Amino acid sequence: MPDFLVAPWPWYVVGPLLGLFPALFLLVGNRMFGVSSNLRHMCAAVLPGQQEYLRYDWRRETWNLLFVLGILLGGLIAGTLLRNPEPVAIAPATQASLGALGIRDFTGLMPDDLFTWTALGRPAAWVLLVAGGFLIGFGTAWAGGCTSGHGLSGVADLQPASVLALAAFFAGGIIGTYLLLPIVLGGFG
Amino acid sequence: MPYLFLGLLFGIVLTKGEVISWFRIQEMFRFQGFHMFGVFATALPTAILTVQWLKRRGVRTWSGCAIDVPPKALGSGRRYVFGGLLFGVGWAFTGACPGPLFALAGSGVTVIVLAIVSALAGTWTYGASRPRLPH
Repeated sequence: MPDFLVAPWPWYVVGPLLGLFPALFLLVGNRMFGVSSNLRHMCAAVLPGQQEYLRYDWRRETWNLLFVLGILLGGLIAGTLLRNPEPVAIAPATQASLGALGIRDFTGLMPDDLFTWTALGRPAAWVLLVAGGFLIGFGTAWAGGCTSGHGLSGVADLQPASVLALAAFFAGGIIGTYLLLPIVLGGFG
Repeated sequence: MPYLFLGLLFGIVLTKGEVISWFRIQEMFRFQGFHMFGVFATALPTAILTVQWLKRRGVRTWSGCAIDVPPKALGSGRRYVFGGLLFGVGWAFTGACPGPLFALAGSGVTVIVLAIVSALAGTWTYGASRPRLPH
């Protein structure tokens, strides 16, 4: 594999590529690019139930579920064929901040202290995965979109709702990082 | 099939760009590094310019259909603020938004399936409580 594919891709390559997706989805089939709606489609497929929210024909959204399957396969290719053996080159200040929270492993994309099956011996790992995942699903459904659907698609269409949502995503992230993460990592061990 | 291919590309770019890395997301929320801000600062103008160009030129899809983007109702804005804040906390906890959840699962961080299952439970719970939530 050529070095430039294996090395991490710089922001000025990644940003413009990600920015093309809303236009590509419109060009290919007049579709709105977004990922979180697929969480709803998966719920509708698995647990149709009595909910008004999940009572629709999810099969019409198969194209979008295929998109998600593609993301998974893309992650697989990038994590095997194109795998970068080096640690993520984060700022020394971030290493210090996370070190103070008890993070010791900086070798991969995620810290092994928290995001491996063996780390599940720690209650903090459960809280981050289960509470974090729940908030992603609940929050994006409530907001009607995520970083893709609002952050890229909605902002690209200059929708005030999406600009507001993106600002709220960031505010929530800052609250999670500064207020809640120290509690989870400190209090739950 | 084009969407499977687009997903493949999206997953590779997210992973190689380290956008799915908890470390990078922490660096961003702590304002300690430029990488993620550089990604957003180039992605957003690219998205705005290309979509506005398609709309203003009246470009059609490759099969010749008209392109129309449905507006999102702003309403009181509360759903965007409250939902957005909750999602932001989840983003900081897992280091992932919905796209990266799936890219991470593919890239070998298999324990992230717990977050995916939990996200589905979260979306289901929203559906069940939607009539009682402000929008």
